Amino acid sequence: MLRLLHGTKIDFIRHWRTAVIVTVAFVALGFGSAAMNGWYKYAIEFTGGTLLQLRFQQAPDIARVRSTLERAGIPGAEIAQFGSATEYTVRAQEEAQVAEQADGASGVARKISAALEAEFGSGAFTIERTEAVGPRVGAELRRGAVIAVLFSFLVTLAYLAWRFEWRFGAAAVIATAHDIIATLAFMKLLDLEISLTAIAALLTVIGYSLNDTIIIFDRVRENLRRNRREPLYDTLNRSVNETLPRSILTHATTIAATMALLVLGGEVIRPFAWIMTFGIFTGTFSSIYVASPILLWVESRWPRQGDARVAAQSARA
Amino acid sequence: MQTLKSRVLVIVALVAMSGWALFPRTEVVRVKRDGVFVLDTVKRVPLKRGLDLQGGMHLTLEVDQSKQAVADVSDALDRALKVVRTRIDEFGVAEPVVQKVGTDRIIVELPGISDQQRAEEVVQKAAFLRFQITDESQALEKAIPRIDGIIKAKGITVAAAPASTDTASAAASGLTALMQRADSAAAPAGDSAAPTASEGPFRRAILPGQMPGQYLVASRDYATIEALLQRPEVQEALPPGKDVRWGVDSILNGTDAYRALYVLDSRAIIDGTYLVNATPAQDPLEGAKVDFQFNNEGGRRFRSETGRHIGDNMAIVLDDKVMSAPTIQSAIGARGQITMGGRDLQAAQDLALVLRAGALPVPLKVADGRQISATLGEDSIDAGIRAAVVAVVAVVLIMVVYYRFSGLLAVGALALYVLFTLATLAGFDAVLTLPGLAGFVLSIGIAVDANVLIFERIREELDHGKAVRTAVEEGFKHAMSAIIDSNVSTILTAAVLYQYGSGPVKGFAVTLVAGIVASMVSSIFVTKTFFLVWLQRARGQQTLSI
Repeated sequence: MLRLLHGTKIDFIRHWRTAVIVTVAFVALGFGSAAMNGWYKYAIEFTGGTLLQLRFQQAPDIARVRSTLERAGIPGAEIAQFGSATEYTVRAQEEAQVAEQADGASGVARKISAALEAEFGSGAFTIERTEAVGPRVGAELRRGAVIAVLFSFLVTLAYLAWRFEWRFGAAAVIATAHDIIATLAFMKLLDLEISLTAIAALLTVIGYSLNDTIIIFDRVRENLRRNRREPLYDTLNRSVNETLPRSILTHATTIAATMALLVLGGEVIRPFAWIMTFGIFTGTFSSIYVASPILLWVESRWPRQGDARVAAQSARA
Repeated sequence: MQTLKSRVLVIVALVAMSGWALFPRTEVVRVKRDGVFVLDTVKRVPLKRGLDLQGGMHLTLEVDQSKQAVADVSDALDRALKVVRTRIDEFGVAEPVVQKVGTDRIIVELPGISDQQRAEEVVQKAAFLRFQITDESQALEKAIPRIDGIIKAKGITVAAAPASTDTASAAASGLTALMQRADSAAAPAGDSAAPTASEGPFRRAILPGQMPGQYLVASRDYATIEALLQRPEVQEALPPGKDVRWGVDSILNGTDAYRALYVLDSRAIIDGTYLVNATPAQDPLEGAKVDFQFNNEGGRRFRSETGRHIGDNMAIVLDDKVMSAPTIQSAIGARGQITMGGRDLQAAQDLALVLRAGALPVPLKVADGRQISATLGEDSIDAGIRAAVVAVVAVVLIMVVYYRFSGLLAVGALALYVLFTLATLAGFDAVLTLPGLAGFVLSIGIAVDANVLIFERIREELDHGKAVRTAVEEGFKHAMSAIIDSNVSTILTAAVLYQYGSGPVKGFAVTLVAGIVASMVSSIFVTKTFFLVWLQRARGQQTLSI
């Protein structure tokens, strides 16, 4: 029988202070970078604007593309390589360009392709993808995304309060909030933009991290029932240790899937794969180092009635 | 024994149902053959691919209220929806989606269409057709001084003022060639063809044309004159009972390009509502054109109206632009034609199409438009499949190396998981999008989680010295609460995503939920049955390879 990390007795919870420092440092790094290099980039679907993905016959001269667009009245368009040397994205996201799209979203895209065709000749490139979003649609999506995240919190809180009790729910939601903040910091460090796919990835991270937390909490719930005398501190540690082999294995298979996506999934899906890969780490981390200490802390503040273990545990902490 | 048999039967039934759901079936689709759309039957796996995977166009249309407020947007959209749907059907797309979303939007999805501009034109064209007689009373002449007065009073800068005298006279002389070709009806207009510098800028910018009611404006002045005409005070100064409309094409005279400006009687002699048919045609002399036909009532009316206006010019006005203004030679019956003025046959086809489908009741604008080429879609599918295969191989290796025989059972369950998920997607007619595909690959990694939980539990029970059969039973029982709670919370998150997400993200949420349900069925039910079968055959087995 092949066994990894079986029967461990690691005192995970003891290191919660180190964990806090690591988290704070990472988040500070991410948001510090955001403060220095500018705030998040939002994708076209959130700001409105135009994105064209072009495949050129030969690698084009970017300066020439840029000057062509400027002459065509599209200043400040962002031109970036996308995967191979002949594929580029052009995005026009400036306010004036977005406003221009109020009467018809595709106008700017048409202008860009006409200008490039005039400069490079027709047939020099093909348009692989166009996204043109008017200002109103963008604003609605932005609101929808925020509602989605907040609403998923509420739903989770309610479900856990029902299945476990509110302490567990609160700890799980705070751990999840930690994951969101850490993932946002990660996105900034990699300069990933906030897009619908990124939001989907973020929500999947939330789901995954919750999974992980719930599986540990399920064990805690069971151990609490079985072992009424044990201090919560020890129960938590024991539960984390007992579920460790499962965590290792599930993370291995999930990482295998996200790595496959990251390496083979193609350029469009890469941000999604990055966020998921990071999310698996932060989800595991938060289940052990955020959710459990929070549960401990909540228990010390609002002890269950007739619970003797509170004294023992606050003496330790 | 009885329960085991029924368990196996359930699994066989599930596999059979999934197989049936995914079995390639014959469907009737529209396909293009030799340029014509015909109905054809094809065999294919009933899994719908999203636009991002097969290439195509997505348009979100809204009522354009920039020119005119619309009272009941929802009702207007319902009427517009019918017209758009008819047009799209005629446009010839294999499986179009034309759908109202909420109360204020229409979504149009056109798989396989790459010419975005053309598709947008077909969808958006108002196709409001009117026939109006050009003005014979020189009504604009009286308005010109008024408009020039307004220009002066408001201090508006109009036209290419610095070179205007030169331009105007040069243009005027150049125009003589054009005017000589014009028939005698143009003569009265020709009288005023000698603008002098003393006149106002508006007078200098517009030159009399070849027929009554027609003026010519140099192309470079078009934008300024158009802006001038749009001003409310100028609108008021225009002659009452007349419409001022631009011609659709520019007229070339030597090196100078002109736009025609028409003054028309506001009363239309007939409009497009009487139209019953329109067909594109190619004429050796006039190029591409559209032949149209009125119904009986329209034909009678058209005949009597044109009969009264023989010798006059009749402007064919489409969406407030004059397509052409031929002279009426004799009374015209139910049939007529619109020349396309040098545009190609495809333009004629598109015009015929929108005329047949009828006019849009409200103007529509594109609120957002996405277009993905078929090659990019194929690349995405290829990449997705590659990633999925690699993920599956990796997961299988990990499971078999770690859990040995039990791992093999889990792999069997994983195979059924993939089958169930795809079948669920096919059964619910869900659309597989690129994020959905990514979610599916991810779910392969997560799907074994339930099995891992169960196996670890069984190991623990074995550690406690329980017999194999009891350990398996207890392992499944104790792992259940964790599996249910963790999966339900994920389903809830996915439901929120579905509710508030849009387009591709919705597809992702659907794939996620289908994946979770399938993984619960396969890991709890299927794996347990596998174990039970094994226990049955290896009765009294003392060890379990896990």
